Amino acid sequence: MSTPLAPVARPSRISLAVRDSSTMLRRNLLHARRYPSMTLNLLLTPVMLLLLFVYVFGGAMSAGIGGGGADRSEYIAYLVPGLLLMTIGSTTIGTAVSVSMDMTEGIIARFRTMAIHRGSVLFGHVVGGVLQCVASVILVGAVGVAIGFRSTDATALEWLAAFGLLVLFATALTWIAVGMGLSSPNAEAASNNAMPLIFLPLISSAFVPIDAMPGWFQPIAEYQPFTPAIETLRGLLLGTEIGHNGWIAVAWCLGLAVLGYLWSRSLFDRDPK
Amino acid sequence: MPSSVMPTSSRGDGRQSTLAVSTIGLRKSYGDKTVLDGIDLRIPTGSVFALLGPNGAGKTTAVKILSTLITADGGQAQVAGHDLAADPQAVRAAIGVTGQFFAVDGLITGEENMLLMADLHHLSRARGRRVTAQLLERFDLVEAAKKPAASYSGGMKRRLDIAMTLVGDPRIIFLDEPTTGLDPRSRHNMWQIIRELVADGVTVFLTTQYLEEADELADRIAVLHDGRIAAEGSAEELKRIVPGGHVRLRFTDPAAYRAALAALGEVTRDDEALALQIPSDGSQRELRSVLDRLDTTGIEADELTVHTPDLDDVFFALTGDATVPHQPKENVR
Repeated sequence: MSTPLAPVARPSRISLAVRDSSTMLRRNLLHARRYPSMTLNLLLTPVMLLLLFVYVFGGAMSAGIGGGGADRSEYIAYLVPGLLLMTIGSTTIGTAVSVSMDMTEGIIARFRTMAIHRGSVLFGHVVGGVLQCVASVILVGAVGVAIGFRSTDATALEWLAAFGLLVLFATALTWIAVGMGLSSPNAEAASNNAMPLIFLPLISSAFVPIDAMPGWFQPIAEYQPFTPAIETLRGLLLGTEIGHNGWIAVAWCLGLAVLGYLWSRSLFDRDPK
Repeated sequence: MPSSVMPTSSRGDGRQSTLAVSTIGLRKSYGDKTVLDGIDLRIPTGSVFALLGPNGAGKTTAVKILSTLITADGGQAQVAGHDLAADPQAVRAAIGVTGQFFAVDGLITGEENMLLMADLHHLSRARGRRVTAQLLERFDLVEAAKKPAASYSGGMKRRLDIAMTLVGDPRIIFLDEPTTGLDPRSRHNMWQIIRELVADGVTVFLTTQYLEEADELADRIAVLHDGRIAAEGSAEELKRIVPGGHVRLRFTDPAAYRAALAALGEVTRDDEALALQIPSDGSQRELRSVLDRLDTTGIEADELTVHTPDLDDVFFALTGDATVPHQPKENVR
């Protein structure tokens, strides 16, 4: 048996944080693997919307892009980048729900009374959430490719940048979702509170170009995180004009990530009830 | 190695060199409701301390503060020699907590819960597996090890909960109502587990609303009432605080009952049961005097029982419900 007074080397803060966070990540991935139904349910929304907009509304919608006269395949190309980002929004709702469920479990009280890195519970959720987003994006992307989406002239570097943007966007929304989960008293409330994450892409440039919207509505669609991220992703995959959207998207992501992190930490550091 | 961490059979006998827990004037309130109103505790290393009180007395709040889960509003506290406010992480390294609500992850199996604890205590993979196997065996969870913890019965969850607490080999263990909601057999199993922990030299801080449990396990008992310690001492010391001991005589023959009533004088009578209660401290001398008086008049009781004050008497006397123990005077909540 170890003697309690034997000198124990206190590991450095960083290595403790990494080690405990990866333990927490393994726990979250175990949950996700054993109970995949929520993740899969959340995937349904973007996939259904993709099929609905392409095959049901596609004919009418395509009239609105490229100055009219675009065909269905052009509308698929227009739609997929937005839906990939919407997939991230939808997946992070699952993170909000699972964080709020987790907080009602006794195990969290145990974690709080153990000599582990305090933020590791949250880091585990964030990294797990981002990995789920990546998996979901790949699945929805595969559906997109199956129905005819093709990236036109993207170079390897642009693919890499697109992937980086998706991960960054997922990280930002996941931190916000963690905050939403922490501030919600139960899973239902968390699911409701996280609705903006799936609602915002509906009022972005994901489905129709902003110029096609009524004038009073355009600022709402323009000044929100999804639109610049969608425009940037379109530019990277399809070669359309990115303009300032790249920087704006990165700024949104960093801002939301920092905000979500600080919000989550302050909520988690409060005394539990 | 200092003696304080060695298993010892002489617990709580004035070896005051080390204290596992000490607090001065611990306070906590929620809004304008004061839950803890100045709690002073001195718990020697290696002893079992029971915090006794009715629901809502503040027992859980005290455990939550001492286990670093929540912060106190005022007062000082040291656990395992570390100040709660200044170095909570050092306190956490020395303690184990089993709360009132199962601190297990219901979505994963019992074994995975144990391995999770081993990882968080930074045990090597081999050692984590070994400790997990040993504890699952010790707490009779081997068969259930591969099932999700959510499917466990209350007693099994509680055993898993304690097994998880023990992975880190804590020197001080907080048990918040460890037997609430358990059936009698599980409760006795839990008592046995607690005794084994104590035999290993672990300090146990226990809360309970069962007087019998405190009597059974604890070296020292503090009665918590309205956020204050109403009394503290060993079970015997507490019992001496209150009168309440008596000899009870029961008769089947009404004539003998009336004769005894006349012979004994100052008694409490129960005409319906044909029973008499004579105040007594339960000592041999007082008992003999009662018997002598019965003998001289030639009366024979059918049944004689000696009732010494138990913690129930103490409890009701201290918490002010002595007269109507079964009718709470106010409805809290």
